[in-house]
Amino acid sequence: MRVGVDVGGTNTDAVLMDGLSVVAWHKTPTTADVSSGIIAALRAVLGGSGIGPAAIQGVMIGTTHFTNAVVERKRLRQVAAVRLALPAARSLPPMIDWPADLAHTLGLHRYMLQGGHEFDGREIATLDEAGLRQVAADIRGKGLAAVAITSVFSPVNAGMEARARAILAEELPGCALSLSHDIGRVGFLERENATIMNACLTALAGTVVNSFRAALAELKITAPFYISQNDGTLMSADYVERYPVLTFASGPTNSMRGAAFLSRTKEAMVVDIGGTTSDVGMLLHGFPRESSVAVEIGGVRTNFRMPDVLSFGLGGGSLVRDDGARIGPDSVGYELTEKALVFGGDVLTATDIVVAAGRIDIGERRRVGRLKGALVNTALATMNRMVDEAVDRMKTSAERLPVILVGGGAILVTADLPAASAIVRPEYSGVANAIGAAIAQVGGEVDRVFSLERQSREEALGDAKREAIDKAITAGATRESVQIVDVEEVPLAYLPSSATRIRAKAVGDLAMR
Amino acid sequence: MGWTLERGDLVDLCRGAAFLGTGGGGDPYIGRLMVEQALDEGHTVKIIGLDELPDDALVIPTAMMGAPTVIIEKLPGGEEAIRSLHRLEAHLGRKAFATMPIEAGGINSTMPLVVGARLGLPVVDADGMGRAFPELQMETFAVYGVPGTPMVITNEWGDATLVECHDNMMMEWLARGITIRMGGSAYIAEYAMDGKTARRVSVPGTLSLVLEIGRCIRAARQAHRDPFAALIELLPRTPYNFGRVIFEGKIVDLRRETTQGWAMGRARIGAFSGGAVMDIEFKNENLVARVAGKVRAIVPDLICVLDHETAEPITTETLRYGQRVKVMAVAVPPIMRTPEALAVFGPGGFGIDEPFTPIETIA
Repeated sequence: MRVGVDVGGTNTDAVLMDGLSVVAWHKTPTTADVSSGIIAALRAVLGGSGIGPAAIQGVMIGTTHFTNAVVERKRLRQVAAVRLALPAARSLPPMIDWPADLAHTLGLHRYMLQGGHEFDGREIATLDEAGLRQVAADIRGKGLAAVAITSVFSPVNAGMEARARAILAEELPGCALSLSHDIGRVGFLERENATIMNACLTALAGTVVNSFRAALAELKITAPFYISQNDGTLMSADYVERYPVLTFASGPTNSMRGAAFLSRTKEAMVVDIGGTTSDVGMLLHGFPRESSVAVEIGGVRTNFRMPDVLSFGLGGGSLVRDDGARIGPDSVGYELTEKALVFGGDVLTATDIVVAAGRIDIGERRRVGRLKGALVNTALATMNRMVDEAVDRMKTSAERLPVILVGGGAILVTADLPAASAIVRPEYSGVANAIGAAIAQVGGEVDRVFSLERQSREEALGDAKREAIDKAITAGATRESVQIVDVEEVPLAYLPSSATRIRAKAVGDLAMR
Repeated sequence: MGWTLERGDLVDLCRGAAFLGTGGGGDPYIGRLMVEQALDEGHTVKIIGLDELPDDALVIPTAMMGAPTVIIEKLPGGEEAIRSLHRLEAHLGRKAFATMPIEAGGINSTMPLVVGARLGLPVVDADGMGRAFPELQMETFAVYGVPGTPMVITNEWGDATLVECHDNMMMEWLARGITIRMGGSAYIAEYAMDGKTARRVSVPGTLSLVLEIGRCIRAARQAHRDPFAALIELLPRTPYNFGRVIFEGKIVDLRRETTQGWAMGRARIGAFSGGAVMDIEFKNENLVARVAGKVRAIVPDLICVLDHETAEPITTETLRYGQRVKVMAVAVPPIMRTPEALAVFGPGGFGIDEPFTPIETIA
């Protein structure tokens, strides 16, 4: 048995699963200390099902805690940003394009040293070890506890970052060291940004992971626990303590993966309709399709593996205007149960429309009895059109795909969608997020430049795939379940000496004892 | 009359540069940050027209050469292009009056701005490609008789090579090899010429134009107007004179491979309604667009792949399966369509066995 938990901004959901079936689920408000909300949710699912803690083999947690910390600029550590690149890259120092308030929160401690590699693995410069020891002394003097290390082309050759870590670990025992090749892909500034953000979260990561541990200990659950990352795969708790930044997009990813699981569909569009907004994404091979453009988080440009999600302003609390022709983007949000007409309020919301149409029975239906039929029909059509357009925008082929509806607002869609081949409304769709966490897999990814001077393209592709598979197994996947889910190749323009950038991703089921 | 570039213009300028990049040229984001950095340090960028150049003033164009995928990782030290310019000055025994782009597209629209800002040199509002091209000899400068060499190539260490060649093809050949040895990106000063020559051999007004194109797209979006309609309205007021949307659909197939050192390949776009399919062949930049084997637009006219909704230009490297796009074709100015120009960067210059047909005459 395994437990999936989703710690969101509003609710903490837990779901208990036996193999591939849902045994019990529970939704409870998220608490300030995180752990008591988790304890409440876990108690409910264990108590409700009569399952003892010893039967739990794994706990999978998805959380938006770290994203929120960066967006709110709270609970962040000051960071020493160490760049190994000189004499290259001097022109644009670390945190160059950051929002000033966030950069100042982190202290703007920037160090640039000789080092880094070329695209083909040659050194730009030998690592300046003496300089690095001086930097360490300065960091010690300032009392900084987190360091971000980024070396040019470390996705091609990680040796220099590893050497720098060894030196800093010796000079600064106990300091949290984040290495860029563990975190990001080719694209120096974006990878460095992610590494610095990771470093600033290392204190919070310890606190949050410990609160997860405490909650599980309180309930006498001794199984290992994992935290889901951006692409829907799992990380061990130790890994999250070191790489919290990799959780940034796990929310939408988990709901999409949960939708894929609940509907037994691998190629589909997923619409997650909440109280204020809806997210649309696309499933490819059962995983969310990733965004190919730079994604900004808290105003900082990154190149994370993030699902390509389109958010639009439709939810259960969306305001209805113009006789139903205009809906949202504003919403009564968490005040739905006070402000909506069916709950005795005076605001006409999307929820009131579906109650008036007899699609769902919540609140007091008589309160919407006087709404004109024409208005109700117009509003229903508007909501359908909004969802249909969003699905159509996110689709990547003219071919129609099934649309999976999840989230509390799924009821707002009342008719067929022209963009969909079918509409799927799976059971347990309200906790799709926690289910997505529970069924997450582990992955391994390779993204680097291969020289084709001494090997063929096929050999390079083979190397990339093997490396991705090895990485997935190292991360905990069972060998027989691992498969390659994505391969992408970008030749390096302007270089006659044949080099190509290959991205390969492998995923597999987590080995359970 | 010269004008001063404002910080707030840079995002628009880079968007326009990506448009004229016709799929190539590299993402100008890094160039933009370098210009912003220079402006923040108190430097200014002064742009002057070709008509403001004295006849005997020395103009030294500056640029980055190499792989866009390398530059996104190995950022410039910042002094490379400046050193190339200084060494070329020393070799020529003369000081530059101004610098200038060799290419109006991608990152090379911004590199001379950084050099101009840091050295206090004006930047000439013109270039030698009128767009982006993959090779150094593909320049109106070269077409109309200016030797590219002596040229200087510099890396982040300040290692530098002076290249002197009997023709511009040999310059491209040698410089490409040196650039690879320097790690796949390097910074150059080449095609030094006097003001009178620059007026004769350059595509005029291309810095103003990229800024105008970038602004036009943004303004249309802000006003919730169709950015494509806005572009089509704008072009007749420029030397580019004519543009239209020749196809819309989704990327349904993408083939990219490294052949002889370039990103060669083909993007296939399927119409939303199904049926019609457009194939775009590229060598870093988009070269020819065909529907059912029939040419719909061909080099040197611009073939721009733009986001279907926002009209944001999409570079060849960031093309991906599933993107919804519109393809826009744009007429290049007359200086780029003469028989001499077409011999260098017309279809034949890329080994495409088709005649050049101006986009205005393709129904």
